[in-house]
Amino acid sequence: MSERRARYLSLEEGGFALLLAATAFLCLIIAGKTFDQVLAFHASLISLAAAVGTFFIFRRYFDGDTMPIPQEVDGKPNYNMAPVEFAAWASVFWGIAGFLVGLIIALQLAYPALNLDLPWTHFGRMRPLHTSAVIFAFGGNVLLATSMYVVQRTCRARMPGRILPWFVVLGYNLFIVVAGTGYLLGVTHGKEYAEPEWYADYLLTVVWVFYLLLFLGTLWKRKEPHIYVANWFYLAFIVTIAVLHVFNNMALPISMYSSKSYIVWAGVQDAMVQWWYGHNAVGFFLTAGFLAIMYYFIPKRADRPVYSYRLSIVHFWALIFIYIWAGPHHLHYTSLPQWASTLGMTFSIILWMPSWGGMINGLMTLSGAWDKLRTDPVLRMMVVSVAFYGMSTFEGPVMSIRAVNSLSHYTDWTIGHVHAGALGWVGYISFGALYCLIPWLYNKKDVYSLRLVDWHFWVSTLGIVLYICAMWVSGIMQGLMWRAYDSLGFLEYSFIETVDAMHPFYVMRALGGGLFLLGALIMVYNLYMTARHGESAEAVAAQPDGRLAAAE
Amino acid sequence: MESTYNLLANFAQTGGLLYFMAIFAGVVIYAVWPGNKERFDDAAQIPLREDD
Amino acid sequence: MSAWKKHEIFEKNSLILTIGIVVMVSIGGLVEIVPLYYLKSTIEKTEGMRPYTPLELAGRNIYVREGCYTCHSQQIRPLRDELERYGMYSLAAESMYDRPFQWGSKRTGPDLARVGGKYSDEWQRDHLINPRSVSPTSIMPGYPFLAENKLNTRDIQDHLELNAMYGVPYTEDQIKYARADLIAQADPERGDIDGFEERYPGALARSFDGDPSQITEMDALIAYLQMLGTLVDFELYDNNANLR
Repeated sequence: MSERRARYLSLEEGGFALLLAATAFLCLIIAGKTFDQVLAFHASLISLAAAVGTFFIFRRYFDGDTMPIPQEVDGKPNYNMAPVEFAAWASVFWGIAGFLVGLIIALQLAYPALNLDLPWTHFGRMRPLHTSAVIFAFGGNVLLATSMYVVQRTCRARMPGRILPWFVVLGYNLFIVVAGTGYLLGVTHGKEYAEPEWYADYLLTVVWVFYLLLFLGTLWKRKEPHIYVANWFYLAFIVTIAVLHVFNNMALPISMYSSKSYIVWAGVQDAMVQWWYGHNAVGFFLTAGFLAIMYYFIPKRADRPVYSYRLSIVHFWALIFIYIWAGPHHLHYTSLPQWASTLGMTFSIILWMPSWGGMINGLMTLSGAWDKLRTDPVLRMMVVSVAFYGMSTFEGPVMSIRAVNSLSHYTDWTIGHVHAGALGWVGYISFGALYCLIPWLYNKKDVYSLRLVDWHFWVSTLGIVLYICAMWVSGIMQGLMWRAYDSLGFLEYSFIETVDAMHPFYVMRALGGGLFLLGALIMVYNLYMTARHGESAEAVAAQPDGRLAAAE
Repeated sequence: MESTYNLLANFAQTGGLLYFMAIFAGVVIYAVWPGNKERFDDAAQIPLREDD
Repeated sequence: MSAWKKHEIFEKNSLILTIGIVVMVSIGGLVEIVPLYYLKSTIEKTEGMRPYTPLELAGRNIYVREGCYTCHSQQIRPLRDELERYGMYSLAAESMYDRPFQWGSKRTGPDLARVGGKYSDEWQRDHLINPRSVSPTSIMPGYPFLAENKLNTRDIQDHLELNAMYGVPYTEDQIKYARADLIAQADPERGDIDGFEERYPGALARSFDGDPSQITEMDALIAYLQMLGTLVDFELYDNNANLR
């Protein structure tokens, strides 16, 4: 048995060594032959990373360490938590980076001199950096960390593979670095939330396929007969993002040695594919994935099962079925045929039901334990996040109505709506999950200081409220000013006058963003102190397999 | 031309409605089916079961 | 009862769950996207649409590279105020060669779908170098580096070839003389302007950045901006012909 196990593992290692070595070699050739400096830089970076990966695989092999990893220790599953730990800290790092860039671009809109008139510091290149950093780097690492944690715990099984989990976590973060530096250096697809160029897309595709295998592999090893509902949401997130990513980024480079590619879709079809992707990135990345967090972390923290498991099943199927149709509401009154945008609008409104079904399920999990909201700021953060989810999933359908959209579209209202969801829902549920996860990973009783969590909560809540209110006012005002007529029947305002009117709200928004960043910095300190000095839990869990942790 | 669009629109409207309702009904019936209650109650406890 | 037991596989069998998810999410996408390729009414019949000239295409790629779409839309909606502020609403045909589409989702700055010809080249250049020099309260970043960066023309032919492969109607000559056409459009004195005008009738050719000594990224971007929304001949456009 153990012999077969060992052979299987070395097959995995051999396969990855081969893949990495081939990647390193291929990228080296590209780096050597290209005239494109950014591509040369990125190819060298990927090549180096792949070579280092190969080295670590072989080092372990030559060290003669071929003992199979025990699946159980003392009759308990030997969970693999080192990659979870890495992803958790990576999310903290990228979160701060993403919020900071957000604050900078918010200030740039208020004070344009901050663009510095340099290619790599102006708003146009920084804005994709901000969106990608918060969605894919921060959110993505939160999802990696929590999904790997939750799927192992709810399956009572160790993730498969020695290399596989590390390949996924490190490969994903390499993708982030390649994509992010690319934006600043002017390499972009030019499609919102899908800016990474073709080679970064290929990299992500490979990593994502292995992520799916890792997740499914853990499900296959499960000891529980039932797949817990959080895992359904994670699976929907992984599978759907794969489908969306592949179709929306279907592009060919002008040559292997150029970073420039052209997408196969054009014009109106490209717009439809893009917003089918774009809205479902919200639906499956920022919603389904984080709902999975809700379905595990809130019951766990409140120490009571989810309000209605039946509702969660209806919630799941209704949500994934309806969400996928909602994309074209981004294209009201455009050259997209009206039937498509009407379809999108209809489903967006229907979507309100499953969204609120899920919200009720999350909130009512607390029924009978509402007092915990007063005493446990971590739980409060997660519950408020669900409330923000409810608010933004009400606002969304309203904004998808054609008549409302004619006013709200192209204005800051959209930006405010997105941030209600992003800061309130995604941000808070992620912070809540991190406040739970870090103590668990380091075997501590709780976070270092609940008082600081309280501070984090109130400072960022104030920030969010400032942010959203500023954008509501500026967005609606902007929309109304654009369509205002004077008594003679002429447009009342020139465009620049509407820009001038935004200034105070842009300052206010930056202030809100600054408070949110400040709150997050409080969290970083708190989490660091938890890991370093937190009070340790009584029960000592058997686990660490830190062997590959050196690969970080 | 006219017929292509109308055909498609009719099909999408009626077919879509029926399809959507069928799926929704299926999921709801499955979720509230009395025989499934026990398994769901058990599944809801999964996160709370400690193994260490 | 046994019929309902079958649903159990959705939970117990992760592969079937996976397939169930794929089926669910594919239907919505297919129904919304595929008809756009088959319904002829999606893209209107127009007079005047032509593929981008090499210089315009290079300019468009700079527009994409600098992330102009994060603040400017290129999509005029058929609403009274937009028609008055920006002009005729955008047609699907007008972005049929756009890879990627740049309709945008935010108007921190004004819509650019029909900005072509609205301002002089000098205004565009000054505005791009320092927006506040022509519009004192503008919050747009300055792009002075565009006027200094020499335009990369080395692989322009590859750009046209790939677009042609996707079905953009570039002729063999247009591909073959891509680089020559690029030079001729930005610097008619130096290049083969007759050949260019034959291949792209009606396209503007001049030193767009006012500095004929070299072809810069500024030349390309202004060439692109100056043709935006000017191709379709709306004198000849019959909207009713598209009502099908």
